[in-house]
Amino acid sequence: MNPRRSFAAGTGLFILLGFAALAYLATQTTSLANTRGGDAYTVKARFTNVGQLKERAPVKIAGVRIGSVQSITLEPQRLDALVVLSINKHFNQIPEDSSAAVFTSGLLGDQYIAIRPGGSPNMLRNGDEMILTQSAVQLEDLIGKFLVNGSPDKKSK
Amino acid sequence: MNARSRRPNWFMDGLAQVGDAGLFLPTLLAAIPRSLRHFRETVRQLWFVGAMSLTIIMVCGLFVGMVLALQLYYVLSIFGATTTTGTVVALATFRELGPVVTALLFAGRAGTSITAEIGLMRATDQLSAMEMMAVDPIAYVATPRFLAGVVAMPLLCCVFCAMAIFGGHLVGVTWLGIDNGTFWSNMTASVHVWSDIIDGVIYKSLAFGAVVTLIAVHQGYTTPPTSEGVAYATTRTVVASSIAILALDFVMTAFLT
Repeated sequence: MNPRRSFAAGTGLFILLGFAALAYLATQTTSLANTRGGDAYTVKARFTNVGQLKERAPVKIAGVRIGSVQSITLEPQRLDALVVLSINKHFNQIPEDSSAAVFTSGLLGDQYIAIRPGGSPNMLRNGDEMILTQSAVQLEDLIGKFLVNGSPDKKSK
Repeated sequence: MNARSRRPNWFMDGLAQVGDAGLFLPTLLAAIPRSLRHFRETVRQLWFVGAMSLTIIMVCGLFVGMVLALQLYYVLSIFGATTTTGTVVALATFRELGPVVTALLFAGRAGTSITAEIGLMRATDQLSAMEMMAVDPIAYVATPRFLAGVVAMPLLCCVFCAMAIFGGHLVGVTWLGIDNGTFWSNMTASVHVWSDIIDGVIYKSLAFGAVVTLIAVHQGYTTPPTSEGVAYATTRTVVASSIAILALDFVMTAFLT
């Protein structure tokens, strides 16, 4: 191998290594690592309050991730939040009367959508809407109620 | 009296350097089509500024990741949040430390050698000799080094970040005993491809690569043709590059996030 060929090969190796590192960073250390499995179907759900829910937040059943939040928009007529969930095709056995709730992982963690399965024999299909939803619990509201009401037995008299 | 009269000169000199470097950039860019004829030279420079810098970049990346994990573990253990060590290591590296430290190392390792090499070519009249042989020194000497720097920086930065994650994993998981699955799942849950990898790693390192090599090539090209002049030009490359990197980093962070 003459010197010219060897430095060209070394440069090629360097470029390959750089791109391999980029591919590693992009696929293994980011949210892309959670979106394997390709095909997905979308389900809509309305919430009166989504709290701190963000796009790409996980959707879970029994704590297992099955998809992610695709978009969060305000519906102009009803003035509630329309959340589009993208669920992996693999999990297509979700009863249509299942309920969706905005939960928080841990006390101060990120928010996610938890789906609790219902008992209907009919399954959710692409574009369906989930009727039963439970909005995010606002910590501030809880504290506010507690402060206003004080201790419950004083109020009941 | 003497000090007072020198001060504006010092300031005006600095300003003139910045302006001159800014005017040098279009010259460099305009020479890109002509420098494609010397494509082999660009590859050779890519080997020299990129591949030869790999060792220092990889070792430094490993240690930066290790020390980050070590420090964060002790701080986060106060809040009982040691499982987020991987997340913070990844975000800190991708958004700030990776591009900035890589660029500073790159300025020290590659920028200085570019300045010294071109400066010596100037001092020994090789650039004039090229002009006499109808070889455009901008297209043959300056632009290939500039292009090589712009291409090499993002690649080096990716390698640096990957090594930092590896170092963080080594200390966090292997040494301090954070659970392996939690380490990765927390990291993947809060790092995003576009806002962290593309905006942080790629855009920043492209800009830093362009700035560092522009300063290095310009300093070498305009150096006074004496050995003292080359020495000053090399020093100025490191100083100006470091300031430019850190200032530009603040501006880019403010705009990108």
